[in-house]
Amino acid sequence: MVETLDKDKKIQILDFEKPIYIMQEKIEELKKISVDTNMNYNSEIETLEKQTQEYKKELYENLEPYQKLQIARHPSRPNFNDYIHYIFEDFIELHGDREGCDDRAIAGGIARMDGRPVMVIGTMKGKTTKENLECNFGMPQPQGYRKALRLFEHASKFKLPIITLVDTMGAYPGIKAEETGQGIAIAVNLRQMAKLEVPVISVITGEGCSGGALGLAVSNKVMILEYAYYTVISPEGCASILWRDAAEARTAANALKITGEDLLKYNIVDEVIKEPLGGAHYDPEQMAQNLKTSLINALDEFKNMTGEELKAHRYNKFRALGVFAQ
Amino acid sequence: MTLTDWFNKRKLEQKRALKENEVNIDDSVGKLWSLCYNCNSQLPKKDLEHNLMVCPVCDYHFRISARERIKLVIDEGTFEEKFSNIKGTDPLEFVDTKPYHKRQEEAHEKTGLDEAVITGLGEIDGQKVAIAVMDFDYMGGSMGSVVGEKVTRIMETAIELKVPMIAFTASGGARMQESALSLMQMAKTSCAVARLNEEKILYITVLCEPTFGGVTASFGTLGDIMIAEKGARIGFAGRRVIEQTIKQKLPADFQTAEYLLKYGQIDLIVERKEMKEKLSKIISMHTQK
Repeated sequence: MVETLDKDKKIQILDFEKPIYIMQEKIEELKKISVDTNMNYNSEIETLEKQTQEYKKELYENLEPYQKLQIARHPSRPNFNDYIHYIFEDFIELHGDREGCDDRAIAGGIARMDGRPVMVIGTMKGKTTKENLECNFGMPQPQGYRKALRLFEHASKFKLPIITLVDTMGAYPGIKAEETGQGIAIAVNLRQMAKLEVPVISVITGEGCSGGALGLAVSNKVMILEYAYYTVISPEGCASILWRDAAEARTAANALKITGEDLLKYNIVDEVIKEPLGGAHYDPEQMAQNLKTSLINALDEFKNMTGEELKAHRYNKFRALGVFAQ
Repeated sequence: MTLTDWFNKRKLEQKRALKENEVNIDDSVGKLWSLCYNCNSQLPKKDLEHNLMVCPVCDYHFRISARERIKLVIDEGTFEEKFSNIKGTDPLEFVDTKPYHKRQEEAHEKTGLDEAVITGLGEIDGQKVAIAVMDFDYMGGSMGSVVGEKVTRIMETAIELKVPMIAFTASGGARMQESALSLMQMAKTSCAVARLNEEKILYITVLCEPTFGGVTASFGTLGDIMIAEKGARIGFAGRRVIEQTIKQKLPADFQTAEYLLKYGQIDLIVERKEMKEKLSKIISMHTQK
């Protein structure tokens, strides 16, 4: 039986959330006793509930990077389909790379957001094993990046602003992927995204691992959700290479500076979008609402720029990234 | 003395003896002979150097430094290094088993280089080119802020001077110690290639042993013409990562230049001794009016 904080929703709880679970259980117990024995424990219950709420707030405000990462990887975290459902209207999915493949790890299509037509593209993670097998756990093949590129260029041609939602452990490391040019497909996306003549807004909604994430995120504005992370390599991968011990992932997560707060300092992201208390999965609708507000603001920011100005803006943004001495 | 002590002592003595032997080998033979990693032939070092660090028996191409490579392809006396003033820092104050700045110092001592790429201008058979050459011995040729910046600047110089741009890659990928800043260098260099394309500047990439990860997935594979040096291993994900993911053994020639050619991922394979001649011909056919 899966332990849950919210009994109706069956949300799996994380290790560091256990104290909250225990406190909530105690409250439930007390409530039951008070009914059974006909004694009034209301003031105690109220105090306990208040304490729990305060504890929760403090816990979630002071999460370490590795704990945020665990929230970012939560199996119930809202995925591409959820955001499409809550944020966009009239989504029409456009499939395929036109070269023999429709990679399900990347989905995209045209839709309206707040009445405005846009192109929305994102990586797809499943919530069940069956879904995950279908979308390869959100790890795209080169064909996925080529499908995305086709849609980027379509959007640029018809002046549709582009929104990308990124949540991936990275591009898939496999035989077929190498044979059909995983590296090249990502590289070409990076280069071609620089040439797009429409606003491109990207949001790291969960995991933003390595080139696989960047391949959809060479954008005018890059945003990240509060508990999402963005890094050059997964902390596990980094730990096994540099520490020669994957168990050092927590240490690596600290060293890699993967959270929105840190990334803001280096201008790698432009905005951190607030999540509901405990993470997006506790209130997907609220999360989507926050995200929508930020997306609309971002589109407004760029709506008066010409194609050339947008290109120059994107080029200058990435041109300025990096820290060195001279 | 207990029995275990006796065993430990014996072990230590054996280890010491082994170490001394190693030193002996180094002193007498090691300096004169090299072992080919591929066919295990004992090769006189002089012969190997004379053969451009290519095994005369099996044609295995040994890794060479960036300076050696420049010597091989650029006309003598024409190379002018650029942007060597751009130097690394430790922006994240990254510490793994060693601090990053310590690793940078060690890499500098080992290679004499300040970073994993040398950039500059030079001539190939009298034709002016801009060139970036990576060196694997500096922290695995990894790309951090400095590599990204130098590569971008030399590309901008190529645009300014309207000369062809050549990049020799040799890299394990993006540099972990600069995390997302390294990742952004992939975007930065690729955006610079977009400008090269728009200005119709010829861009040739030469993928050398080994080229992986962030360099494969950015400026390394964006050449108008993509050459691989014979035998080089080139890929996105490392062999071990793929084996662990798919839980099966990979073919022996997986991710070699020859394998990539078979799958249509590169234009051609060139042997080291023909590299300069091939580059020269390609450039002249693209620039001659």
